[in-house]
Amino acid sequence: MPTETISASHLSIGFGKHTVVANIDFTTTPGELIVLIGTNGSGKSALLKTLSGMLAPISGSVTVLGGDPGKSPRRVAYLPQHPISSHTLPLRVRDVVAMGRFAHLGLFGRESNQDRKILQTSLERTGAIEFAEKSLRDLSGGQQQRTHLAQVLTRQAEILLLDEPTAGLDINGRKLVAEIIANERARGVTVVMATHDLSDAQDAAVVMLLAQRVVSIGPPDVALRDEYLRECFGFTQPH
Amino acid sequence: MNEIFIAPFVSNEYMRLALLAGILVAVTCAIAGTFVVLRGLAFVGDALGHGVLPGIATALIFGISGIIGAAVGAVVMMGGVNLVSRRYKLSSDTAIGLLFVGMLALGVLITSSSPKFPEDLDHILFGESLAVKPTDLIWQSIALLIVGAIGVLARRPFLLMSVDDGLAQTSGFNVTFFQNLMMAMIGLTVIASFQSVGTLLVLGMLIAPAATGVLFARRISSMMLIASVIGCFASYVGLLISFHFELAASASIVLVAVSIFAVVAVATEVKRSRNLRHDELPHQHEHSHAH
Repeated sequence: MPTETISASHLSIGFGKHTVVANIDFTTTPGELIVLIGTNGSGKSALLKTLSGMLAPISGSVTVLGGDPGKSPRRVAYLPQHPISSHTLPLRVRDVVAMGRFAHLGLFGRESNQDRKILQTSLERTGAIEFAEKSLRDLSGGQQQRTHLAQVLTRQAEILLLDEPTAGLDINGRKLVAEIIANERARGVTVVMATHDLSDAQDAAVVMLLAQRVVSIGPPDVALRDEYLRECFGFTQPH
Repeated sequence: MNEIFIAPFVSNEYMRLALLAGILVAVTCAIAGTFVVLRGLAFVGDALGHGVLPGIATALIFGISGIIGAAVGAVVMMGGVNLVSRRYKLSSDTAIGLLFVGMLALGVLITSSSPKFPEDLDHILFGESLAVKPTDLIWQSIALLIVGAIGVLARRPFLLMSVDDGLAQTSGFNVTFFQNLMMAMIGLTVIASFQSVGTLLVLGMLIAPAATGVLFARRISSMMLIASVIGCFASYVGLLISFHFELAASASIVLVAVSIFAVVAVATEVKRSRNLRHDELPHQHEHSHAH
């Protein structure tokens, strides 16, 4: 098993031939949290999609768990930005969360007791157990986000790629996400999280500030220096 | 009572055949329609319904089976949508719209070129429920088996795609393949149903029963079951209305299906507002105490 879970070297990412961010270099190890911060269109989601195998790299190299991105669906879980379908999907929360096991079950695999146990644990950990029998479309934005997060946990992956997991959550929801990420890291899971919120970066080993290029990368106290924040957002943090 | 509800089917073979065809169409449409509603593909269903028109018309000119013509029409339609949306980077909505009107216009041109066609055009667009032949039932049964098999085998990727394509892809399923498979399933449903309900009205059977199932079911198996029962019931009642009042059979069937949706939607709304009022009552009680 490689000690590096993700490795990117001179990586350029984007859509088709259009480069969004060029020359990305970073590595992650088991249990590490890397936080991607930037405004809309800065390249955060594009990087997560590249790591998950949904977008092909334009140039450079990237490996995920020692192979090409997207080749280990059982070991990598991806949380998309709040899916629009959440507002109309009539399916039960329990069934939506159970979809997290589909990567393991494939087309024909039968759900085992172990799968059901993992499903139940994920529902409990995210608090989604309270509304597990309800229809997804009847829930608030925060409850829908908890459902999607529970689905990601159900994958039991070694790498979590989370696109704005705290969006739409209240203070308790945000605490819960931070707690879940801490627990996952404790069991050796690498977490890559995109966010707009600087406070999400406090526990990160590495922060990458993006503005259609890598503005800064390093530990939070280095990557979030005032000059970088000004360059990225046009403002600095209150001291 | 017997004369109204049962005798039309007992004493008329064409009514029995129409009912059997209606049941096969209802179950096929329930399976495909549930995924269409979950994934939001109603426009594709509508476009496919119209897109098969030139294929059927051309087949009739050359004396070939309309089913083969419809299949060719569906393939051309979906191939064109893929080509336009990918090659020219247009949204799939725009591509579907373009192909939809293009194929419809071509169909109308072909049909208008022959004096015999106005009658045939009516049959293609609105179906011939009361002229179903035993061979049609065989085709419809085969289509039901294939659609059912696709629905069962591809259930997991289809469900993931109803949430998010990225989720399906990162779960190890090839989204392009399963998207094409879903299109093939919808196309097959349209082709198998056009004899009974017509290419224009097939959308009604594809959407109305499934949308009704989605109103109050939360599991995909229940949605399909409810949609099947509603579709079968609509076929039975629609045929009876057509028989007793001498109205167009296909339109009667579809209108019953849409009416059931309307009734269930209103009932669901009434139930929801009652529940809301019930939930608010304790607060009102507390409020009156405070005063």
